[in-house]
Amino acid sequence: MPLLQIRELTHWFGGLRAVYDFNLKLEEGELVGLIGPNGAGKTTIFNLVTGAYRPTEGTVQLNGNNLVGLRPHRITAKGIARTFQTIRLWNELTVIDNICIAHASRIQYSLVDSILHGRRYREEERQIKQQAIELLAVFDLADHAQELAKNLPYGAQRRVEIARALATEPRVLLLDEPAAGMNPGEIGELMELIQQIRKDFGLTIWIIEHQMRVIMNICERIKVIDFGKTIAEGTPVEIQNNPRVIEAYLGEEAF
Amino acid sequence: MRKFYLPLAVLLIFVVIIGGSWLRIFNEYWQLVLLFMGINIILTVSLNLINGYMGEFSVGHAGFMAVGAYVTGILTVWLFAEDKVFGAPILPAAWAIPLFPVALIIGGIAASLVGLLIAIPSFRTRGDYLAIVTLAVNYIVKSAIENMEVIGGPRGFVGMKRVMNNMADVLDVPWLLIWTFIGVIVTILIIRNFVSSTFGKGVEAIREDEIASELMSVNTRRVKVVAFMLSCGLAGLAGGLFAHWPGGYVNPGTFTILKSTEVMVMVYLGGMGSISGSIISAVGFTLLLEVLRPLGVFKWVVIPLLLVVMMLLRPTGILGNKELTDVIPSLRAVFGSEEESYALATD
Repeated sequence: MPLLQIRELTHWFGGLRAVYDFNLKLEEGELVGLIGPNGAGKTTIFNLVTGAYRPTEGTVQLNGNNLVGLRPHRITAKGIARTFQTIRLWNELTVIDNICIAHASRIQYSLVDSILHGRRYREEERQIKQQAIELLAVFDLADHAQELAKNLPYGAQRRVEIARALATEPRVLLLDEPAAGMNPGEIGELMELIQQIRKDFGLTIWIIEHQMRVIMNICERIKVIDFGKTIAEGTPVEIQNNPRVIEAYLGEEAF
Repeated sequence: MRKFYLPLAVLLIFVVIIGGSWLRIFNEYWQLVLLFMGINIILTVSLNLINGYMGEFSVGHAGFMAVGAYVTGILTVWLFAEDKVFGAPILPAAWAIPLFPVALIIGGIAASLVGLLIAIPSFRTRGDYLAIVTLAVNYIVKSAIENMEVIGGPRGFVGMKRVMNNMADVLDVPWLLIWTFIGVIVTILIIRNFVSSTFGKGVEAIREDEIASELMSVNTRRVKVVAFMLSCGLAGLAGGLFAHWPGGYVNPGTFTILKSTEVMVMVYLGGMGSISGSIISAVGFTLLLEVLRPLGVFKWVVIPLLLVVMMLLRPTGILGNKELTDVIPSLRAVFGSEEESYALATD
């Protein structure tokens, strides 16, 4: 059984059909890319899968369990985490708080514990903080732990976003244009980082990206959509040579 | 040793305030000022949870205070005092002493249930629109009370003085100040502990980015319900205490939008998201009202003017979103921080 299975996903915004009959099977451990011109519906698909929007039609299943209709925090708790196209950190909070809060769905202590701060509360909070510190170390952010998220340089904020997504302990990680706004050096580091966390955390990764260098180098499989419809699917080499893709999206400029 | 400094300091303030009132070192006027200070601290710290930490805009805090005031007041009068509406007291007067805090808690619970009236709309709306909802709830509560003839309607509800007198007859200590002091401490502890927990920090995450919070596993609805119910419940506690003030009456005219505004002013004056700021501004604002009393109605010209100047010079309030211990680090020796007490515990 595939880890994530999406069938016949369709979404209308009023009279606009943003996504039409989208299908995807993600096997455990895969790294799959999703590309398409601006406005093709890529981020909408992520929003549908994570529960931010409710699809008009279609099913999304994680490990055979239906996700459609669940509230976003429940979907995240079941194992799908994401980053955002434009950074959406909690700016006025410290980096470590940004990571700790993402543990929210695994808090066991009760509301009363959170007010009385009993033994169980202290033990759990200590664990959460410990895990957050370890996670920050992986992303080379340990020195920034006590800084406000908004004061970090752009590249570091991108890393905090990925770290925050991993703090929810996902099985599937959705990256929405992680390389946007990065310089070529940073993009190289990002590609290494993605490969490393995929291995270390046993992740299945689904990535939207406009940087062809990222997509063509790290993805095993690519799906291309245009106007909400899937127009091609295959390995990077197949996609690069697919005439429909070249016509719709890549054009001459990108190559 | 360090962690005992703060409880000791609190105990010292308690002894000075209660001892001073008991021995009549503070006259009745100053006792009244101390009472209002305490009530204002509870109102300000509790509203700060919504307007400061959660970044919502509630302009109806006095409505919840009214619910607490009437529920607690009616309960104590019904149980412990001779009254022309409720007849003879149900329980002997001496029982009022242990059961007074229970009545306060029930008033708080009633107010927190009314708080659901704004918690549930907050799932779908925020900002200005939610502010209108809170304003509406303030008016609903006030108008409902005005139209209930049984509890005095617009003339107000009396009888709480007899309850306090009964309590003083059994044991002559300043009961109301004692419970107000305890209420202040409980409020500060509840809000401080809640916002420092990972669950409670969800409140700040909602302020920063609600959609990202929900997508990053924060159950935003649950966090909002808890925050609104805590805040409104504590406002109800403040109302319950206020209902027993030496004047001996409450009337709906006290709990208007003007009272809500006063609480909001204290929150913004102290700094959004700062508990110590709220305490400082509640104490300072209460004193300011008294200092300017000789000006009569002109104090409502001077005070807003001071606010305008304050907002020009320091738009984030006295402490901004920092705590006193962040601004004056040497105070940590007295107050300590949670992290330090962990470190001490594990050493």
